[in-house]
Amino acid sequence: MTESNSAEQFGSSRVKRGLAEMLKGGVIMDVVTAAQARIAEDAGAVAVMALERVPADIRSQGGVARMSDPDLIDSIIAEVNIPVMAKARIGHFVEAQILEVLGVDYIDESEVLSPADYKNHIDKWNFTIPFVCGATNLGEALRRINEGAAMIRSKGEAGTGDVSEATKHIRTINGEIKRLTSMSRDELYVAAKELQAPYELVAEIASTGKLPVVLFTAGGVATPADAAMMMQLGADGVFVGSGIFKSGNPEQRAAAIVKAVTFYDDAKVIAEVSRGLGEAMVGINVSDIPAPHLLSTRGW
Amino acid sequence: MTILSVGTRPTETVVPAGLRVGVLALQGDFREHALVLRELGAIVDLVRRPEELDRIDGLVIPGGESSVMDKLARTFGLAEPLQTAIRGGLPVYGTCAGLIMLADTILDGMNGQQSLGGLDIKVRRNAFGSQTASFETDLDIPVLGDLPVHAVFIRAPVVETVGPRARALATLDDGRCVAVEQGNLLGTSFHPEITGEYRFHQYFLQKLVAAAR
Repeated sequence: MTESNSAEQFGSSRVKRGLAEMLKGGVIMDVVTAAQARIAEDAGAVAVMALERVPADIRSQGGVARMSDPDLIDSIIAEVNIPVMAKARIGHFVEAQILEVLGVDYIDESEVLSPADYKNHIDKWNFTIPFVCGATNLGEALRRINEGAAMIRSKGEAGTGDVSEATKHIRTINGEIKRLTSMSRDELYVAAKELQAPYELVAEIASTGKLPVVLFTAGGVATPADAAMMMQLGADGVFVGSGIFKSGNPEQRAAAIVKAVTFYDDAKVIAEVSRGLGEAMVGINVSDIPAPHLLSTRGW
Repeated sequence: MTILSVGTRPTETVVPAGLRVGVLALQGDFREHALVLRELGAIVDLVRRPEELDRIDGLVIPGGESSVMDKLARTFGLAEPLQTAIRGGLPVYGTCAGLIMLADTILDGMNGQQSLGGLDIKVRRNAFGSQTASFETDLDIPVLGDLPVHAVFIRAPVVETVGPRARALATLDDGRCVAVEQGNLLGTSFHPEITGEYRFHQYFLQKLVAAAR
């Protein structure tokens, strides 16, 4: 996974992972129109995620959710200067090929869309463009990294406004990393087997104590306090999906979440930015969602 | 994934005791800069508030999203004291977004994007295009010695015009300028902090030590 020094090199791991490094400490916002993208950029988003419907609408309207119309993606790229991400269905390598030629900056192989392949994820090494993938636990994260993901986001439960699953997933991933660091080599062989992940990656994490790629959190973040909690739990940054544009005052809420992520450990700032934001997204409790409708279980 | 380039690792501490280097920690890869500076023996402060500027002897502005740093710096009252400090000779090193923040003029900036200024240059934001045009390459940078610098460009800016007060330190094969200095200010389009390249930070710390004398 390391490249030797040579003349100009495009699409190397270092370049792919590098963009995620630059997004750290930032907020990536879901947008479905160029106008929303403008609001997100003006509010201080580090990147926008272009998609056709936010997860809350995918959840309520049902049906198959797919990659967005290229026209929509073009219009969002034309509107903003910050990086633009877009979602491809799990395993749908042709949607990914399309997104790459459209000139987006990052592809999210996302469980929020309907999976295109119930066995395989996209072989992400085949692409010059970097990928971010969701994970609910360390084994899943490592399988995605092994497939070439250059950034991981814990999944949470998208479109709910309920942060509990996001909390569970970031705690799980970081807890499992901590456990690896205390293991001897013979135990690491077993851990790799149990995590269903390559031993080399498991051993690397055991020695460094962190993922080799940036780890963001996603899925259910709706308030500045939610975002700051994710940062205090060890996330490098936050994705906010439905939480902004399904709320009463998107401009102000978006800007408040940006500030809460920068000052995630300063309760005074978080209190200040939490004032008078209007209605948060109504949301749905994860425990009220019947199992077949859970998005976070997609991915294998 | 830290990849150390052979031969660039520091062998001795260059920072005298008591000197503090700030790293602007509003957004971006500030932890990577802090790590490199600490390995070089510096005491590092992460800076997010105006009062934290008072005790530092130099500042690094990291890679990240320049428009976000600009907004947060202005919102939280850092921009003005920083500009004053830069005018007063505070040594500052900016990488990528940090270079944009230090430029007197930004080309292709966002609605209302401002820079702190200080470097007599015009910088074009995101000059190479989308992420698929991001790349890594080797650069000859005479001021850092014979060994080439392995440089990573990520949606990187280039210095389109170098004014009379600034000096180009490195160019790409096509002649575009990607590293500059001017007095106590240093800026690069690329990211030494993520490649195990220590010489730029060493070079910057030398400026800082000289300025503190």
